[in-house]
Amino acid sequence: MPLKPPLVKIEPRRESPRSLLYATPLLAVVLTVVAGFFIFLAMGYDPLLALYHFFISPLTSFYGWSELFVKGAPLILIGVGLAVGFRANVWNIGAEGQLTMGAIAGGAVALAFWGEENWITLPLMCGAGIAGGMAYAAIPAFLKTRFGVNEILTSLMLTYVATLFLSTLVYGPLKDPLGFNFPQSRMFGDDALLPILLSGTRLHLGTLVALAVAVAGWVLMSFTIVGFQVRVLGQAPAAARYAGFSAKRIVWFCLLLSGGLAGLAGLFEVAGPIGQLVPSISPGYGFTAIIVAFLGRLNPLGIVLSGLLMALSYIGGETAQVEVGLPQAVTGVFQGLLLFFLLASDFLVRYRLRWRVAAPQAQAAE
Amino acid sequence: MTAPRLDVRGVSKRFPGVLANDKVDFAVAPGEIHALLGENGAGKSTLVKMIYGVLHPDEGTLHWNGEQVAIADPHAARALGIGMVFQHFSLFEAMTVLENVALGMDRSEDRGTLARRVREVSQAYGLPLDPERDVYTLSVGERQRIEIVRCLLQNPKLLIMDEPTSVLTPQEVERLFETLRKLASEGVSILYISHKLAEIKALCDRATILRGGKVVAACDPKAETAKSMAQLMIGAELKTVTRRRGGDPLEKQGGKPRLVVEGLSLESEEVHGTDLKNVSFSVRAGEVFGIAGVAGNGQNELLQALAGESLADHASALRIDGVAAGRQDAGRRRKLGLCAVPEERNGHGAVPGMTLVENAVLSAHHRLGLVSALFVRAVAAARFAGRIVETFDVRTPGTSAAAGSLSGGNLQKFIVGREILQKPTVLVVSQPTWGVDAGAAAAIHQALSDLAAEGVAVVVVSQDLDELLAITDRLAVINVGVLSDAMTTKDASVEEIGLLMGGVHGLAPEEDVNAA
Repeated sequence: MPLKPPLVKIEPRRESPRSLLYATPLLAVVLTVVAGFFIFLAMGYDPLLALYHFFISPLTSFYGWSELFVKGAPLILIGVGLAVGFRANVWNIGAEGQLTMGAIAGGAVALAFWGEENWITLPLMCGAGIAGGMAYAAIPAFLKTRFGVNEILTSLMLTYVATLFLSTLVYGPLKDPLGFNFPQSRMFGDDALLPILLSGTRLHLGTLVALAVAVAGWVLMSFTIVGFQVRVLGQAPAAARYAGFSAKRIVWFCLLLSGGLAGLAGLFEVAGPIGQLVPSISPGYGFTAIIVAFLGRLNPLGIVLSGLLMALSYIGGETAQVEVGLPQAVTGVFQGLLLFFLLASDFLVRYRLRWRVAAPQAQAAE
Repeated sequence: MTAPRLDVRGVSKRFPGVLANDKVDFAVAPGEIHALLGENGAGKSTLVKMIYGVLHPDEGTLHWNGEQVAIADPHAARALGIGMVFQHFSLFEAMTVLENVALGMDRSEDRGTLARRVREVSQAYGLPLDPERDVYTLSVGERQRIEIVRCLLQNPKLLIMDEPTSVLTPQEVERLFETLRKLASEGVSILYISHKLAEIKALCDRATILRGGKVVAACDPKAETAKSMAQLMIGAELKTVTRRRGGDPLEKQGGKPRLVVEGLSLESEEVHGTDLKNVSFSVRAGEVFGIAGVAGNGQNELLQALAGESLADHASALRIDGVAAGRQDAGRRRKLGLCAVPEERNGHGAVPGMTLVENAVLSAHHRLGLVSALFVRAVAAARFAGRIVETFDVRTPGTSAAAGSLSGGNLQKFIVGREILQKPTVLVVSQPTWGVDAGAAAAIHQALSDLAAEGVAVVVVSQDLDELLAITDRLAVINVGVLSDAMTTKDASVEEIGLLMGGVHGLAPEEDVNAA
């Protein structure tokens, strides 16, 4: 008996208009809101009120807007780095670990200077943060270029190592000697903290750096030979080889760049909003930045917008928790929904589903 | 007289733009080893895929033991008693021989019985195989035995072997032939696909020769010479060679060697690739040098080795104008003057999703200085892309069109133009006119010819022998990664080239064949 053809066939569409490429993120946001409406309804909350507190009320105050940038900064920093790698098909999934290592390295510098901070402390911390993230990303880079190990697995697994390493330090050697045995380091001195841009907010210098990095990333990808090499490798590896671009060098570049930016983001967290090393320094910024990168179409300028949107999901989650009593997990649910709808609509823009109607006939073209 | 085991009558198969099989007739008798002989693209694969039920004929009929049959799919083919051993195996490396065999069976069978049958079959036919071994530990020859055993377990009446020896050592080939002869003596018919003349003479009872989708001859290979079969396969009557410019070969002797390849050996990175073995040749300024051969004999590997996509093990394996460049990557070789056009246009010679301007930067930025201080010089790049489009008459709405939106011929003109306008000193081109319409082909040939006239050394790798005979000064033939000695095109005989393409080397092929 001949095998039945599958019920649904997936066919590439002949053409998918470029404008849709930019429409799908918006479509995904709308679908997420609609899905959220029904989820809230099913959970027994007033859906409109919940949505209001999730999406709108954080933006009704100046402080809310400033928090948007505080939470958006690490997402944008990491997202830009990841996007460059994703363009080259280098899948660094371990930004969370690199963020942690950057925070540890930079934080260690702050603690080494503790009580004797001066003007050089903060720049040194930034350098150490970048170096820490880079060094940690160098492990998957080495394994990939030397042994062909999949960087998705190595970078992801190393994340958990980094988190545990941070715990080891704050429960042990870096614990505040006067901290009543709490698992946290000393508070950093004033010169080891990022300057605040506007008093009354937590808006720190790092947010400006994040925006500058996004612009620099855009210039890199659009106008330089480095960005060109990255794009060629991602789209056509054989053509990259033909052009004489070294895939290994590009892999190293992408992982070091994304690792370094994640490390800097981690340092900004501990030297900014947190002000010390604690066991948990990030609510998953390193993972959320993956969504940010894709939602921003892997374009550094788009990532500024998507980074702010995802920052809203953090703040909105907290607000909705306080105001409506939603569980905290709702932030993760929204982020997941958004990625799901984005990937689905991207897929359906490029392919269409064709349902099997009649028995197929062998057909000869022409 | 009994009915033939398989009788193919008037079978045609059309694909968009090409008639792959044109009213093919042939028959295989029980116990006969029947060769299907032809160059790449002659339609052999299409034909056997129809016999095995993978494709369906547009016209004509298949008859099995005298009865007309419609073979819906490979499952139906196996039910009739048709087995096929593909050129590329489909085995799971991490599983044992037995597990792989079990996966390929149409009926499930208990493990113990199956293991016993595998042992029986492998012993009976001289195919030593341990059912418990993991596949990844086996040689290519042993893996092929798994595929053969898998077929034999189903008691086939017709066994199709697609280029079975392309991956085997001579000893393994000899062993395989013994197995096939034994099978034939028991009444199994064998359809043996190959372009290797010596093998066909040694093994087969009859041969059907295909060219351009048509049966051009049916013969007894033992009564034919390798030469006469080569002639039939390649079609000697087509070879009224139109020589390019009446250049004086003596004058070209004077040109200095620009590209010298010496003892170039390279292991292929591809699973089914061909290793290059001790390739040597040199090309002088002003000369067009051709490399002929049936596809898959190392042409891609050679092109990559010349272009610098894969590096030789020592620097002196390749010299560009005297500079040892064997260890230099593609970018450095371009700076030395060697430009290349790969066979595959989309994704190798060009990035389909990028604009023509970006694709101009791809390979030209080294020689034309399209990058300064890390920044791509957009204006200069656009001007260069425009110049390519204009000079080579590339039909495109503009230089900001994506390379993938161009037709094959236009993209090829763009790529060839991009390399030529960089003013190389050595140009390596693979399949310059493959899939290109006649007008564009002529333009490309003219451009290559002009380039040589300016003193550039041009290397053309092509499967199209007519093309090589028309535009080259000298040529050599590549077969399983070995390059023959170069010959002057004007004096080359089609027979000799055909023998070399079929893997028959040396002056007395007949004796080799008889000894085998």
